[in-house]
Amino acid sequence: MNTEAITASLPLYLSGLWVTLALLVLALVIGLAAALPLAMLRSLPSAWLWRPVWGFTYVIRGTPLLVQLFLLYYGLAQFEAVRASPLWPWLSSAWFCAVAAFAINTAAYTTEILAGAMRAVPAGEIEAARALGMSRLLLLRRIVLPSAFRRALPAYGNEVVLMLHGTSLASVVTLLDLTGSAREVNARYYAPFEAFITAALFYLGVTLIVVALFRQAERRWLQPMLGRSATVKNS
Amino acid sequence: MLHGYGASLLQGAGLTLAVAFASLAIALVLGLAGAGAKLSHSRPARALAQAYTTLIRGVPDLVLMLLVFYGGQVLVNEAADRLGLGFVDIDPFVAGVLTIGFIFGAYITEVLRGAFLAVPAGQREAAIAFGMTRAQALRRIVGPQMLRHALPGLANNWLVLVKSTSIVSVIGLSDLMNRAGSAAGATSEPFVFYAAVGGLYLLFTSVSEWGFARLRRRLAIGVQEIRL
Repeated sequence: MNTEAITASLPLYLSGLWVTLALLVLALVIGLAAALPLAMLRSLPSAWLWRPVWGFTYVIRGTPLLVQLFLLYYGLAQFEAVRASPLWPWLSSAWFCAVAAFAINTAAYTTEILAGAMRAVPAGEIEAARALGMSRLLLLRRIVLPSAFRRALPAYGNEVVLMLHGTSLASVVTLLDLTGSAREVNARYYAPFEAFITAALFYLGVTLIVVALFRQAERRWLQPMLGRSATVKNS
Repeated sequence: MLHGYGASLLQGAGLTLAVAFASLAIALVLGLAGAGAKLSHSRPARALAQAYTTLIRGVPDLVLMLLVFYGGQVLVNEAADRLGLGFVDIDPFVAGVLTIGFIFGAYITEVLRGAFLAVPAGQREAAIAFGMTRAQALRRIVGPQMLRHALPGLANNWLVLVKSTSIVSVIGLSDLMNRAGSAAGATSEPFVFYAAVGGLYLLFTSVSEWGFARLRRRLAIGVQEIRL
């Protein structure tokens, strides 16, 4: 085993880890911020409002993330209007396109997760809040959202792990994330096992931390709530 | 509109589907073996299956694919060297199918394990009491009922699997994505070609979902809830 290849490349891996985490956090924050209003529109009775949101999530969830990334990074350059626009310095950067593609992707999945969690709020709680004279906004803020966010935790934890794995595609558009660093190490030392297994261990470590954090969050916020209600079985 | 690259894209789409179906076959075999191991009484088998599913769920598919492709290249050539053969190239189709099959085998392990546990134990016990062997009980009684419980999970995994076939283009297989890349380079119209790829993938996933919905209705015959 070529241990020297790994030890000599450790700084490269650490900077790659940093890039991966930055991509992940940026995409998740933007995606969640977009998903919240979209999930509310998705839950409204008016077809004019929920149909476009459904169409957006259907298309994004039905196509590969790599295609979405390539459409932004390579595809947009086809149009003269894009290349002439003041946004071009951003749109031609791999960083910007990767964050944008990941954010759009996770926004679509998160919208469905949040909308599903909002549907799962028991009707009785909403009726009780109405009976107390709460306005729609107050009802949303005090009753529906706190409950929906907690119910969404398990599914959202899965989405965060999937997004972490999705960020590895950034290496395909030249970014030196964890996977990109591993490819660089493999090219330099011709040591595929050392290079990719090291990257895999980093990903495994981050995944286990994310899973543990969400388990803690579920124990703190979700389980007490489910324990009180008799209708939902505590798994 | 596609400047004569339509036929090439369709060939690529055929290869993408071939990758998807071949991977599914491997994933089902590994999933059955994994679920069998997780439900078995043997502690080493359970530990091995647990390590397999944890490992796969913790590592991105692209990293595993690069590991199999480049690592396999090294292993195969070391073996070929010993046997006195010349340089052997690893086929990206084989590497891609093995990796995707290996990954989804782990997810299908969990689906099948859950489906087995969802069938009431009394069903199997009754079959044994009737004098069936364990294999007969599995084939005649538990298996068909498992299928209904496993279907939503299998459908979901199939959809994710189809989409993850797009990454085999990274190791150089001339699949749909790869051919779109060549066409985009030749015509300077990348948006058109990647949008076409997106459209084809959307077609695959939509047709799959339609098929699964029909299958679900069929498997639910006899257990449908009565609405008053």
